[in-house]
Amino acid sequence: MKSRTHQLSAGRGTYVLLGAVVLVSLFPLYWSVVAASNDQAGISKSPPDLVPGTHLLDNLRRMLDLVDMRKALVNSFVVSATVTVSVVLTATLAGFALAKLRFRGRHALLAVIVATMMVPTQLGIIPLYLMMAKWFGWVDQLQALILPGAVTAFGVFFMRQYLVTALPTELIEAARVDGCSTLRTYWNVVLPVARPAAAVLGMLTFMNTWNDFYWPLLVLTPQNPTVQVALSSLAGGYVTDYPLVLAGALVGIVPILIVFAVLGRQILDGIMQGALKA
Amino acid sequence: MAVLADARPAQRQPAPPGRARVSRWHRLDLTVSPYLYVAPFFVIFGVFGLFPLLYTGYLSLSGWREDQDGSRGTFVGLANYTRLLHDQFFWNALKNTIGIGIISTLPQLMLALGLAHLLNYRLRGRTFFRMSVLVPNVTSVAAVTIIFVQLFGRDYGLINYVLHLFGVSRIDWQAGTWSSWLAISLIVTWRWTGYNALIYLASMQAVPFELYESAALDGAGRWRQFRSITIPMLRPTILFTVIVSTIGALQLFGEPLLFNVSQTPAAGGSQHQFQVMAVYTYQTFLGNGKYGYGSAISWAMFLVIVVIVGINLTLVRRLRGVEGA
Repeated sequence: MKSRTHQLSAGRGTYVLLGAVVLVSLFPLYWSVVAASNDQAGISKSPPDLVPGTHLLDNLRRMLDLVDMRKALVNSFVVSATVTVSVVLTATLAGFALAKLRFRGRHALLAVIVATMMVPTQLGIIPLYLMMAKWFGWVDQLQALILPGAVTAFGVFFMRQYLVTALPTELIEAARVDGCSTLRTYWNVVLPVARPAAAVLGMLTFMNTWNDFYWPLLVLTPQNPTVQVALSSLAGGYVTDYPLVLAGALVGIVPILIVFAVLGRQILDGIMQGALKA
Repeated sequence: MAVLADARPAQRQPAPPGRARVSRWHRLDLTVSPYLYVAPFFVIFGVFGLFPLLYTGYLSLSGWREDQDGSRGTFVGLANYTRLLHDQFFWNALKNTIGIGIISTLPQLMLALGLAHLLNYRLRGRTFFRMSVLVPNVTSVAAVTIIFVQLFGRDYGLINYVLHLFGVSRIDWQAGTWSSWLAISLIVTWRWTGYNALIYLASMQAVPFELYESAALDGAGRWRQFRSITIPMLRPTILFTVIVSTIGALQLFGEPLLFNVSQTPAAGGSQHQFQVMAVYTYQTFLGNGKYGYGSAISWAMFLVIVVIVGINLTLVRRLRGVEGA
């Protein structure tokens, strides 16, 4: 914020409008707390109870009888963490090569990456499903989620764009003169420079993987679900018992909200900086 | 060859490292390692990304379906595509997708622009406001849709209760075409408005303030400044958000699937009134096991996305012509 004192101060009207937006943004989440902690009668009244009740533990227990939410949480965590590490490592490695190393075909490879970013993910979903279900027999196996998610074109492009400007070429040349192999250069020079962008990429990847719905729904069953698959089976079977279903939704939301509460600022900055580069 | 040449001097250990060895090793490192570094991406992407894309094209020309033994690998030419042209469910899904797409994307992006404008004022609690509008975007589709289904409940839902206070009789949101479209669009809008607002906000902050100053000196009011400076300066960003939201809207899946509370969620309502393209594809290949036909639908969907993104880009460009005049 250099000479950015130009921004106009907000008037009372602005705060009122923004307050309304915040209210609308947060209310459904608040409501999931209310509904998950009341009993059926409480949220079916007219007007319904608008404050949290005392039945949360009871609803959670009944929810856990129906779906294996503990396993789902572990699965979601394992898949999201593995995918995140893999995406960040492969993206920084390939991004470094494409940004700073000269080799034949690098422009073509970058063009392929940009082109694949434009292709809708759903186009290949049937063969991918057949591959997992019929060829590999990976239904209900976590690698069916991890491997297709392990690299992303967006990640490589994102890191490449960042490193092109953030990584001084002189630094790499200096390392080379000192006798560093490119791998050592990557480890000792590139990774530290890439850290801020890698952190943003990691957070976005983690959240996207955690929230992914379509693909896990295809290859996992309620026997070995992720959180989203467990929620889907809850919603399918017992939709009339809302306190129970919303207790499930609450469990699905809380971990990601905790991540957001801790790292939200960086995620925010990442999205806004990413927008400027786009 | 190169490896051998490199290994030999390494055995003469006590000798000084020697410039020749170092430079040869270095040259090898420089020529080979870039390919090794991009390899993990391209190998995994090739197997799980590129191959399925291409294979969809092949499958779409086959008659493979789960319930017919030996139908795998049968070549049916363009039969799947001609069938598609007469498939009323496909056209219905296309109509629903476009309908829901319009009423979710258009208001959403306009609201986002307005919200970004508000967030661009000097605010106390700036980070709080920004993070609050981003929260809907980080929560999962599944959880959010489940919560909204309860809020949209016919008998005990809060939304009907509030409408009731204004004299509107209870709405069965899933039952009607427009009501279901509206409800689904509301879920989508709720999740994405804040995210888009932050993208707009980022570019708004990059607009040089001098432009506004001189416009103000020329007597341009706030609205005029917004229209004649902010919007044109944001045009690349608007273009970007239009493309991303269009692609997202045309692939909509989780919201319509979970919004349906019946035993057959993939049907998209009793009259298929909110069965969108992605859900129809899902029903065709997973529910009915028609892999060949499902692949043809996938390709048709891809084509629809390309065409509609193209149309939207032209429209947004046209907008510039009008406003610039």
